Amino acid sequence: MSSIENPAASQYLKPIWDILKTIPDPEIPVVSVVEMGMVRGVGYNAASDETEITITPTYSGCPAMAVIKENIRTALAGHGVHQIKITTKLAPAWTTDWLSTDTKQKLRDYGISPPPNSDSAAHAAIACPQCGSEATEMISRVAASPCQALYRCRACLEPFPHFKCH
Amino acid sequence: MTDRNLPLILGDTTLILAQRLAAWCGKGPTLEEDMATTNTALDLLGQARLWLSLAAERAGKGQSEDDLAFHRDADEFRNFLLVEQPNGTYADTITRQYLFDAWHVLYLDMISKHEDAARAEIAAKAVKEVRYHRRRSRDLFVRLGDGTPYSHQLMQAALDNLWPFSGELFSLDAASKALHPLWLDNVAADCRDASLAMPPAQAWMQSGGITGRHSEHLGYILAEMQVLPRNFVGAKW
Repeated sequence: MSSIENPAASQYLKPIWDILKTIPDPEIPVVSVVEMGMVRGVGYNAASDETEITITPTYSGCPAMAVIKENIRTALAGHGVHQIKITTKLAPAWTTDWLSTDTKQKLRDYGISPPPNSDSAAHAAIACPQCGSEATEMISRVAASPCQALYRCRACLEPFPHFKCH
Repeated sequence: MTDRNLPLILGDTTLILAQRLAAWCGKGPTLEEDMATTNTALDLLGQARLWLSLAAERAGKGQSEDDLAFHRDADEFRNFLLVEQPNGTYADTITRQYLFDAWHVLYLDMISKHEDAARAEIAAKAVKEVRYHRRRSRDLFVRLGDGTPYSHQLMQAALDNLWPFSGELFSLDAASKALHPLWLDNVAADCRDASLAMPPAQAWMQSGGITGRHSEHLGYILAEMQVLPRNFVGAKW
């Protein structure tokens, strides 16, 4: 693996972001921690010679946070970046509105119906990620993780997880 | 006094309720309910960690969230009496959750605008999760209250039993007291939908949790929750 040199150079932060974009979300491996909106900032502190990563939890009790921090350290170390400071920041509180259209399509391809935008969530139709039908109904408000609800498609009869608007 | 203790009161309250709810793990009435209840516990445990970390930091004695959670006795806990009440039947658990969630949303909403930025940030984070908790517990409160004659009977008994523990939620300070009328209005509307008779607002209310006078239940909760870190101090895994 190639090492990143000269961290003081102005173009240093882009390869750091590129590395972070390769780190999958531990629960939903088709999207990265950057796509999930968990990485809120990357910087370099010349005084302490530390690369500073700011992350935010999705849900307060998200058990993946410790794993994510460890994965960030491991991935950056693989590129020769060892002096790392990871800070957790709560505000602004994480929202699914930070997921891009591309990220939502990745979720859909993975079989998870993506979250609607918060401004239209009350009226948004939940489409089945398998057949696209909007004739769906909720089975349970909470599914395999706090961020998902369980739905059923009345057209193709498949159950599917729905990533809740948050 | 209460104001300074607020992070501790909220931390202990969310911790004890999370511990209560976690006891349903593997025993829920259906698989979906089992997961919903334990995921609610997970959210509350995450919030407890944030509040207790803040409480530990503010106390300035070099303690951690774990020191507060695992190395204090019942009389040092500041949680509301409501959340230490037994799980009972699912009707008891849902009613306890509903009464708590209906308060939790109002209270967090209020302190998310608090001048203390650390409190406001935790509250703003937590209230997003708690709104969802309330939606779910309100749904079940209505469905079980307005369900079969048997579920109705269990829900009415649960509501009557837990009601005297609801007053303490509004005893923190003047601002929390001011939320009581709105809470009563909301609960009255939901009771109507649930075909349940709301006990009188002026009923006698139990108090003591936030000053450390607890029911006999808390000691048993702590015994189970703390046994490992107390027997193996500093254990890591």
